[in-house]
Amino acid sequence: MDGERSGMTQLAAKRARPGPARVPALAVLQYHLVGYRRTWRGGALSSFLLPTLTVLGFGVGVGALIDQGVEGVSYLEWIVGGLLASTALQVAIAESTWPVYSSLQWTKIYFAQFAAPLRVADIMAGQLAFVLFRVLTSAAAYLLVTGVLGALRSPWAVLALPVAALLGLAVAAPTFAYAATASSDSWLALLFRFAVIPMTLFAGVFFPVESLPVGLRWLAYATPLWHAVDLSRAATLGTAPVWSVTGHLLYLAAWAVGGWLLAHRALRRRLVV
Amino acid sequence: MTTAQPLIQARGLVKRFGGFTAVDAIDVAVRAGEAFGFLGPNGAGKSSTMRMIGCVSPPSGGELRILGMDPVRDGPEIRARLGVCPQLDTLDPELTVRENLITYARYFGIARRVARLRAAELLDFVQLSERADSKVEPLSGGMKRRLTIARALVNEPEIVLLDEPTTGLDPQARHLVWERLFQLKQQGVTLVLTTHYMDEAEQLCDRLVVMDGGRIVAEGSPRVLIEQHSTREVVELRFAGESQEPFASKLEQLGERVEVLPDRILLYVPDGDAAVAEVTALGLHPINVLVRRSGLEDVFLHLTGRTLID
Repeated sequence: MDGERSGMTQLAAKRARPGPARVPALAVLQYHLVGYRRTWRGGALSSFLLPTLTVLGFGVGVGALIDQGVEGVSYLEWIVGGLLASTALQVAIAESTWPVYSSLQWTKIYFAQFAAPLRVADIMAGQLAFVLFRVLTSAAAYLLVTGVLGALRSPWAVLALPVAALLGLAVAAPTFAYAATASSDSWLALLFRFAVIPMTLFAGVFFPVESLPVGLRWLAYATPLWHAVDLSRAATLGTAPVWSVTGHLLYLAAWAVGGWLLAHRALRRRLVV
Repeated sequence: MTTAQPLIQARGLVKRFGGFTAVDAIDVAVRAGEAFGFLGPNGAGKSSTMRMIGCVSPPSGGELRILGMDPVRDGPEIRARLGVCPQLDTLDPELTVRENLITYARYFGIARRVARLRAAELLDFVQLSERADSKVEPLSGGMKRRLTIARALVNEPEIVLLDEPTTGLDPQARHLVWERLFQLKQQGVTLVLTTHYMDEAEQLCDRLVVMDGGRIVAEGSPRVLIEQHSTREVVELRFAGESQEPFASKLEQLGERVEVLPDRILLYVPDGDAAVAEVTALGLHPINVLVRRSGLEDVFLHLTGRTLID
């Protein structure tokens, strides 16, 4: 009884002192949102502009050249799910390259956060939660615009949102690791040139992967983007994906988990010296 | 835990980076309410020691206890009770002065409402209230440093760590920072600071250690260190000509110690004016003479044979 009581008073004394935040990653996310409040307008505009231009460009422009459509639907309807996934990819990678690099090299915000009672994992979780927020809002704006313009064939299209989120984590986590290890910011531009652009071109966004030669086809299958494209397209068309849903989800989750572990190691090496 | 137990206790503390030993088995004890300084030139191991105390750098050897806890195992718990003012500013330049404080307070689990009040109080304390809603980027170096100090106080820390708090600031900005730090000290906050400015150490520190090459070469209050390792007064003499060296041998008989610097000779004596008279009596005519009291710079010069700022 006595032991219990002294345990209680100790606990009360502990509460009165400032301690680590109850959910520290949430405090980190709040910090990123405060910064975003200043810049969201420009970002929001492009989130709506991009899908509008897409519908115009591919529906009215390219779509007009492809009379027979793809796999029995119009080219616009076929491409819209894949483009949603590639938008999620680009937002996720943009938000986990320069922001991460800058927080270590220029503003050194991560060092300030680590001097507070945050752990390496809290700093990462807060940053990735913000990336997720950006991916989800961009994907939602995309769905809204394409839905209003009649490019979505099925209400299952809403499932493209969680797919975009999972893809976001699958690419943002390893990109975080890459940006945290980069010795100069020119490495970041290389990532766009040699990963983002080829993935966008060859991972089934603009044409079916099956039209690639076998060797390249397997390269496309290896990218996380193709798995999200297949799921996302199935959702917007209301059809079954080419591969199994579980297989896709597990593959993307493996990228997210592997990326997290690499990023944790990379950030730890930078902060704990 | 008794009140007599030091807040920071290091025994044989070592930090190695590969084959390089930055901190070489130092013993330090910082007591509650004191202002404790690490004085030494760049590369003496001060910042490495501060990072170990800040629980962001695990010791390579020896023992370190902070607030009775282990910095490796209890890092976040200890950091919750520390305030850290790093050598280089780590503020968010895109946020406002106030936002920097409030977002940082949230990392300590401080409620938004409390954080807002605390931010207003602290901005008042560091005289930045008028700039509360301007972005950080255009602020002067002194203002940024004061904001960093305010941020270090946001969790009402028991120990404040200041790594080179006034390096790079102009004299006026330095004095304003010193004023604030002195006020904190009056309030009973334990200050731990590194500096390579002897005047800073003399102004702020109750007790300090002089570090050189990762080791502690002397320890005590500024006054005691000066008494132990230097004379009461110093005569600085500058002679015309390429080298000061030839004059030094003639001066040796006049003082307890003579130090030859590239541009002047320091003569350590109990009575400066009397020594100047003796210099003239020897028929020597320096182009410049200055009599001053001994300071920590002289202590450092005596202990290591080098000046603090190269």
